[in-house]
Amino acid sequence: MELFQRTATELQKMLACSQVTSEQIVQAFINRIEAEDSQMRAYLTITAKEALGAAQASDLRRKQGQPLSKWDGVPIAVKDNMSTKNVRTTCGSKMLEEYIPPYDATVIGRIKNAGMPILGKTNMDEFAMGSSTENSAFAKTHNPVNLQKVPGGSSGGSAAAVAGFEAPWSLGSDTGGSIRQPASFCGVVGLKPTYGLVSRYGLVAYASSLDQIGPIGHRVQDVAALLQLIAGHDYKDSTSVTVSVPDYQASLVADVSGLRIGIAKEFFSEGLNNQVKSAVMRAVQNLSQAGAEVVDVSLPLTDYAIETYYLIATAEASANLARYDGVRYGLRVAGDDSVAMFKHTRAEGFGTEVKRRIMLGTYALSAGYYDAYYKKAQQVRTLIRREFEQAFTQVDVIITPTTPTTAFGFGEKKDPLEMYLSDIYTVTPNLAGVPGLSMPCGVDSNNLPIGVQMIATHFSEPVLLRTAFALEQIQRKGEFNE
Amino acid sequence: MSEYEVVIGLEIHAELLTKSKIFCGCTTEFGGEPNSHCCPICLGLPGALPVLNEKAVEYAIKAGLALNCQIPGYSKFDRKNYFYPDLPKAYQISQFDLPVCVQGRVDYELEEMQQSTGITRVHMEEEAGKSVHSGDNILGSDFSLMDYNRTGIPLIEIVTEPDLRSAAEAKAFLEQLKSILQYIKVSDCKMEEGSLRCDANVSLRLKGTKEFGTKVEIKNLNSFRAVERVLEYEIRRQRQVYEQGGSIVQETRTWDDSRMITVSMRSKEESHDYRYFPEPDLVPLEIDLNWVRSLKEGLPELPLAKKHRLMEQYDLSSMDADQLTTDQEMASYFERTVASYTNGKVVSNWLTGDFSRLLNTSGLEISKVKVTPQQLAELLRLIDEGIISGKQGKDVLTEMFCSGTAPEQIIKDKGFEQISDSKALEQISADIIAANPQIVQRYQDGEDRLLGFFVGQVMKETKGKANPGLVNALLREKLKATDS
Ligand SMILES: [Zn+2]
Repeated sequence: MELFQRTATELQKMLACSQVTSEQIVQAFINRIEAEDSQMRAYLTITAKEALGAAQASDLRRKQGQPLSKWDGVPIAVKDNMSTKNVRTTCGSKMLEEYIPPYDATVIGRIKNAGMPILGKTNMDEFAMGSSTENSAFAKTHNPVNLQKVPGGSSGGSAAAVAGFEAPWSLGSDTGGSIRQPASFCGVVGLKPTYGLVSRYGLVAYASSLDQIGPIGHRVQDVAALLQLIAGHDYKDSTSVTVSVPDYQASLVADVSGLRIGIAKEFFSEGLNNQVKSAVMRAVQNLSQAGAEVVDVSLPLTDYAIETYYLIATAEASANLARYDGVRYGLRVAGDDSVAMFKHTRAEGFGTEVKRRIMLGTYALSAGYYDAYYKKAQQVRTLIRREFEQAFTQVDVIITPTTPTTAFGFGEKKDPLEMYLSDIYTVTPNLAGVPGLSMPCGVDSNNLPIGVQMIATHFSEPVLLRTAFALEQIQRKGEFNE
Repeated sequence: MSEYEVVIGLEIHAELLTKSKIFCGCTTEFGGEPNSHCCPICLGLPGALPVLNEKAVEYAIKAGLALNCQIPGYSKFDRKNYFYPDLPKAYQISQFDLPVCVQGRVDYELEEMQQSTGITRVHMEEEAGKSVHSGDNILGSDFSLMDYNRTGIPLIEIVTEPDLRSAAEAKAFLEQLKSILQYIKVSDCKMEEGSLRCDANVSLRLKGTKEFGTKVEIKNLNSFRAVERVLEYEIRRQRQVYEQGGSIVQETRTWDDSRMITVSMRSKEESHDYRYFPEPDLVPLEIDLNWVRSLKEGLPELPLAKKHRLMEQYDLSSMDADQLTTDQEMASYFERTVASYTNGKVVSNWLTGDFSRLLNTSGLEISKVKVTPQQLAELLRLIDEGIISGKQGKDVLTEMFCSGTAPEQIIKDKGFEQISDSKALEQISADIIAANPQIVQRYQDGEDRLLGFFVGQVMKETKGKANPGLVNALLREKLKATDS
């Protein structure tokens, strides 16, 4: 087995036993990227030199017996909307093509402090707006499972980098499904943590009340470990919560006896592909046979989730993206005077989808429309949150498909609304602020991965991880209940 | 002509005196190289997030308490969206529907009449940056330069009820407000440096009607004098429009200093839609009411209360008490002086008289004056004891002001010491009387005013050092004695 095919956890063990050096690992991934990425396009920026430098430093620390973090020397890829000091952070936008941040995002600081080399910055839909990574201003990322298909989005590059063995694990961000949907399309594990568990400081904002950074990995234990590294309070993010972070490794117990799994018919309605449906139900059955109890729950407000999500997300985005004007940083397109410069910069700097969402959000916040749109959406959001809290008094985990279909082809979803509907199952956890995890649960007739989504209540990542770990163990034993 | 009633409401912005900015750790110090007091947060760099400065909340609440406001236990921040390159995020973090202070009142006096103006709200927000255009404004300029050093300085916006009925009332209110904010040390309120700014809403209505007339917003009243002058102009303008049968358009106007008139900036239709919505990057503010109580208890005596106390305690006139209490530093100087010299009336006369004159001519702030209150008290005691005359005292004070030297030292150095030795004066007086027999005769024949001649002669002989009271008494006595 090649080094790049190893999971992060395996690489960590090999490093700990001195079977390999960090430099060898990083070199293996760089070679892999150089060989494959011209086709796959998972990365926007490859930081080979910095990664090798960090790897050598880690190896030296190990050699000299200096203090090491557990993940010292294990490399990672990060989505290109996380601020990296002295390394350009484009957000997949022409607007920030040349933008080099002077500071590190809090999660980037944690990764660097842990001695982990960063392989590069991964491709994404422009400003995280999209579900296929086709909205990147720079490249289309291809699904490593089938290069004719999209990897999902907006963290398509981060999911593809892991699935295509160009990184052992990665960080993505999830506003309405942007970690879980590409994880599902690429056949890897992705987790959107509870809102407030991971610091957003340095994450370029799309929709501030929904955005959350999370891990993507080959295996549930990788995701648990990476979450451990990034979770916890950060004084720089006022919305980050002061809760004590549990030991997520401790929840990796393949025991679901007594676990109450909720199934909501609203997540299995029309539009859901039959193969996806049966794969998800099979996963539920597997868990049920392992001792979990399956309970019907009702989440009728799910029907309003997409509308609610697009009103709130675009409203926040319209304010968050107004700062890109060519004055202080990023793209500047000259004009006859300053005002012409602002106009040209925005006209050229933003792509179609970003412009569409800025206009939608501006409209939703406008005088005379605020009550009917933004305010109403916030009220529905509160109700959705309550509905989830109510459901979680009856069950521990709600299981749904991650997406209605498996990965689609490039250019297949031409109507923006059709594209928005691919987030139909993933947006509700963001609205409710609860954690959601997607993991593979089989493949369709075209061999494309199918993802199952698990949702738990606020700060119940341990329950999600335990359920996911149990299902993964069952899958690995080949105990598929056909 | 006077059938119209004037209705004025003010919106005042005051910069808070915190050491660091409202959402980041950058210094609030005035000046500095352009863009040297900045960081990713106040520059609004992608991904940076605000963290609320607790001191700014404390200052805002203190201001609210001093303005007799209610402090709700729950408050929140909102984004006020507007685009201008000096606003790096293209929205200002402000407070829309749940401000930190509500429903207050400011009491003040105008020509000895008690006045009270309602405070609708006090909310917190962040300051914008500064732009310099190569032309008149951003449109049509070849280039514009931006300085973000001021961006993110904490501000409070104070909104009054439409309670003010004249330009003079507006000015008196504003002076009281400034005084209060300075007393509680939350803002230095320097209009010339822009740390206090005022906008006004002005309308007229027929006396006796309840409905408000169409209001006009006047921007940038940037000095106390401007407030009165501009409001008077605008009132006159509106009255003229009504009297000529016209109607007022709802609009925003600004003062044109060169033409001394207000000019239209934008109509209501062109007014901004700020698209306020709750700031998702900050959590709502839950205010501990026990903390508020302790802040309230910690407030100092406020200007109006101090004024009335000083009037009562030292038998001062309203005007003098005003002059002593408007500036907190002056009030404190007064109180520290009377701690060593108990005749408050005398202290007041000196402070409102010569001392204030010296302050004005030197342009010094009272905190920079070299004369200590103890030294001033000492000077007044020396005058009381007759060591120097009151007139000499003025010269000594001037010298004290310049050098900071103790009064006794100045008196010694300059030979200001008054001759109060009656033996010495008796001899001099006797000599002068002896040398001027005809004048003595005329005096004794009833020309009383000739006493002044003898006093003058003694003063001349003593180079002005003789104690005038003593000389007067002595001469009267002696001239009588010659008679017998
Ligand atoms: Zn700053």
